[in-house]
Amino acid sequence: MATISSNLLFIAFILYLVATLFYGGSIKSKKELNEKKETNKWGKIAVVLTIVGFIAQLGYFITRWIAAGHAPVSNMFEFTTFFGMALVGAFIVIYFIYRTTLLGLFTMPVAILVIAYASMFPKDITPLIPALQSYWLHIHVTTAAIGEAILAISFAAGLIYLVKAIDQTKLNKRNFWLEVVMFALVAVLGFVAVSTVFSAAGYHEKFNWTDKHGTVAVVEYTMPAISGPHAGELLTKDGFKPLIEMPAFINAKKLNTVIWSLMAGILLYGLIRLILRKRIAAALQPLVKNIKLDFVDEISYRSVLIGFPVFTLGALIFAMIWAQMAWSRFWGWDPKEVWALITWLFYAAFLHLRLSKGWHGEKSAWLAVLGFVIIMFNLVAVNLVIAGLHSYAGS
Amino acid sequence: MKDVKCECGHVNPHGTVLCEACGKVLDERENKDQLLDMRYEGSARRSQTYNKTIVDKIWNFFSSVKVGVWLIIITLLASILGTILPQKMYINLPPDVYYEQEYGWFGKLYYQLGLHDLYGSWWYLLLISMIGISLVICSLDRVVPLYKALKAQRVTRNEGFLKRQRLFGTNHVIDDQDFDIVKKHLKEKHYHVREENGDLLAEKGRFSRWGPYVNHVGLIIFLFGGMLRFFPGMYVNENLWVKEGETTAVPETGETFYLQNNQFILQHYDKNKDKAFEKAIEQAGEVVKNYQSNVVLYKRVGESLPGEKPKLEKVTDYKVRVNHPLTFDGYSVFQSSFRSELKAMTFMLTNKNTNQTFGEMKINFEDPKEKYDLGNGYSVKILNYFPDFEFDKNGDPSTKSRVPNNPAFIFQMISPENPDGEKSFVAIKQTIEPFGDNTYKMAFKGIETKNVSGFIVRKDSTLWVIILGGILFMIGVIQGAYWNHRRIWVQNKNGQIWIAAHTNKNWYGLKREIEKVIEDTKLNMPDDQLQSEQADKGGV
Ligand code: HEM
Repeated sequence: MATISSNLLFIAFILYLVATLFYGGSIKSKKELNEKKETNKWGKIAVVLTIVGFIAQLGYFITRWIAAGHAPVSNMFEFTTFFGMALVGAFIVIYFIYRTTLLGLFTMPVAILVIAYASMFPKDITPLIPALQSYWLHIHVTTAAIGEAILAISFAAGLIYLVKAIDQTKLNKRNFWLEVVMFALVAVLGFVAVSTVFSAAGYHEKFNWTDKHGTVAVVEYTMPAISGPHAGELLTKDGFKPLIEMPAFINAKKLNTVIWSLMAGILLYGLIRLILRKRIAAALQPLVKNIKLDFVDEISYRSVLIGFPVFTLGALIFAMIWAQMAWSRFWGWDPKEVWALITWLFYAAFLHLRLSKGWHGEKSAWLAVLGFVIIMFNLVAVNLVIAGLHSYAGS
Repeated sequence: MKDVKCECGHVNPHGTVLCEACGKVLDERENKDQLLDMRYEGSARRSQTYNKTIVDKIWNFFSSVKVGVWLIIITLLASILGTILPQKMYINLPPDVYYEQEYGWFGKLYYQLGLHDLYGSWWYLLLISMIGISLVICSLDRVVPLYKALKAQRVTRNEGFLKRQRLFGTNHVIDDQDFDIVKKHLKEKHYHVREENGDLLAEKGRFSRWGPYVNHVGLIIFLFGGMLRFFPGMYVNENLWVKEGETTAVPETGETFYLQNNQFILQHYDKNKDKAFEKAIEQAGEVVKNYQSNVVLYKRVGESLPGEKPKLEKVTDYKVRVNHPLTFDGYSVFQSSFRSELKAMTFMLTNKNTNQTFGEMKINFEDPKEKYDLGNGYSVKILNYFPDFEFDKNGDPSTKSRVPNNPAFIFQMISPENPDGEKSFVAIKQTIEPFGDNTYKMAFKGIETKNVSGFIVRKDSTLWVIILGGILFMIGVIQGAYWNHRRIWVQNKNGQIWIAAHTNKNWYGLKREIEKVIEDTKLNMPDDQLQSEQADKGGV
């Protein structure tokens, strides 16, 4: 069962990749991308591939559920994969409302990155500690992820808006920050690339190190240590000697992964720039030339409107119900909870700003991007860096 | 201040921008703009009308969306600060020690600024209450005028009003039956259609306009529920430790309920049985599967005199597990932790030279005896017992608590050779012989432990208010987000047919719908004046 499950996930992944190419194709060969126009043949194939991929991933989800005996949303790999699936699902729904394949071209790569990122975490089926043995937990996590995924669609639409609206003829603050967003996406790819390379090579090295309480422990690196642990002593023969040693309160191993990912990201980004000979956003600009700005603006706003209630229900209300059952208090100000609240407040502010005139269009698109950054921060950094009750990283 | 009479005859409250009935622009400030600002239907809001007294100023401050958004953003930023370091409820040392020790000068600063208890700080609560006040005032400021304006609207509208809608178009030639076809289509689309003087107003989803107000009321109730917790009696939160085999009164129940702990159970996953998790368990070592206390709940019957044992009647058996609290009479008992406690220690009286033993004695910590007779003239007296041993300030042995965490004894070992007894001080891992060399020693043989279950007893009478607030909030957001208020005017003006339309959100959907409505007629699709106004700026 577990093998069938991972095969299905792989199939879904490949289908998403191929679908993305077709989305690209659907735009090249099309004059008018707006409202009422019918989707062309490339576009139709792309959508069908997306749906088949989604079904395959649903198959992964169900078979893994059967194998584990609980809904597979209980560790980083499972949760992040689910988020990727929800992203595709949300796109399919929004596609059938607005029928624009351009949105697919921007959403699918994000979903693919998310799933690739997910598969860098241990994929073993994990047992549930008592606090996690609750239907409410699974309902909470899945609904929250679906809400976040719908909100993420507004990010994709916001990106389209920015790529189209921002002048690329000379460097300015706006296209600089847009390029930072593009680079961030490339850096995720960088992380996936280095992790894959070193794990394929089976790289390992061990250190003795001293933590801030003076206790000596062993730490195992899976990438050559650029940033070494505090008072680290290399135990592996022929291991890579750290270039810099970190103080005890910094997690040198995680920092090392970040450094490698950034280096790979910069390398990849450099390569892309070399091939394109312009900023990524500038290279994308011709693809979006036929879409109307206030049409994407509306898609972006609408996704927030659809996603906000789902997010509230999943990330706050269901979370409170679960917390009440498991921890005897519905709210405990644990970092993960607080970050859900922050996300919620952010989108509440977004909706209120939309009520006033000046916040449509470009500003709104920037907010959509910022919202996605907050969601990703909650998913990645809060889990891995700011440990809390929900932290999957340790288990 | 005087009310304003519009040329259509409708009397509007002072401050009205667009006539409630016909939509004519009453406030000249509005005239400059090409398209009408349709928010709140141009109704007379208190905050836009008065600005003289202190009350006006406070009202205007809190009813402003700008202020509301700022409050939300400041709360958001403040909340972020609280996640940088663990809050005080998640640390297990005194805060003045913990933060500096763990995070150096930064931790010290964090603590000194009070950020370690951010969410309980007065200024965080102040922020939340300001949001609450703002919610109340901004809602009152808008909901009543909006309601009145929507109720007073007439079918026939002022020309200026129609022309300056975002969706607007005129038609010169139409067929006679077109009007009827449109009407039929509108009804099929579930529009509520009203007709006056041959003019048409089709409206749907007006109730969605109340969504924000419903959700704000929900939020206010939620916040109010959170506040209720500060009233005594509304909220009980106590820790309760019960040893296996013991029965204890449940705190805060007025000695009415008693809990007996029969057994505490701790289970781990077994990688041989739970095959699916084999690899993960190998990685992680031991993974806990279950924390459980098998308990019996009793209720006291009748009055009992102080000191007398209460008469108890069994209410129920229950297995309290994480995620499965025992609930009764508004109380919930949650499994929260456990510890092992020493129950008994066994020693053997041993001759130090020959290693010969002379019987063993088991000291039960709940009921230590004064003297243990081992037969054949051997016996041991306990002269002193320190359950939680430490040396006090003067260097004398003393005890920290009555819990046997670190038991120590002063024994007097009586043997046929030493009928007066030899004294020995015995603590864990140390023996002191205060009067020189003894012949005998108390050799440690073993310990018995028993489990103590840690429960949280919780009674939360505020929960219902919170739940009600949550439900209302959800109804409100869904109402406002998944439906929208659409109006389509089809009117005879100067022998032409004018179509204008407005929606509070989702213009795309409205346009698609109008396309369907005018199908099979000669009517033209109205223009989106916003799009033509700003054209497509930027881009390639
Ligand atoms: C965390 C607190 C708040 C939440 C979650 C919240 C939520 C919402 C939501 C979901 C909407 C509907 C938006 C839409 O449909 O586009 C809304 C509308 C609105 N909110 Fe809030 N709100 C909050 C605080 C405030 C505050 C403090 C104010 C006061 C200034 C305010 C004023 C308004 C107004 C004026 C509307 C528009 C009403 C209408 O369109 O008729 N809100 N709010």
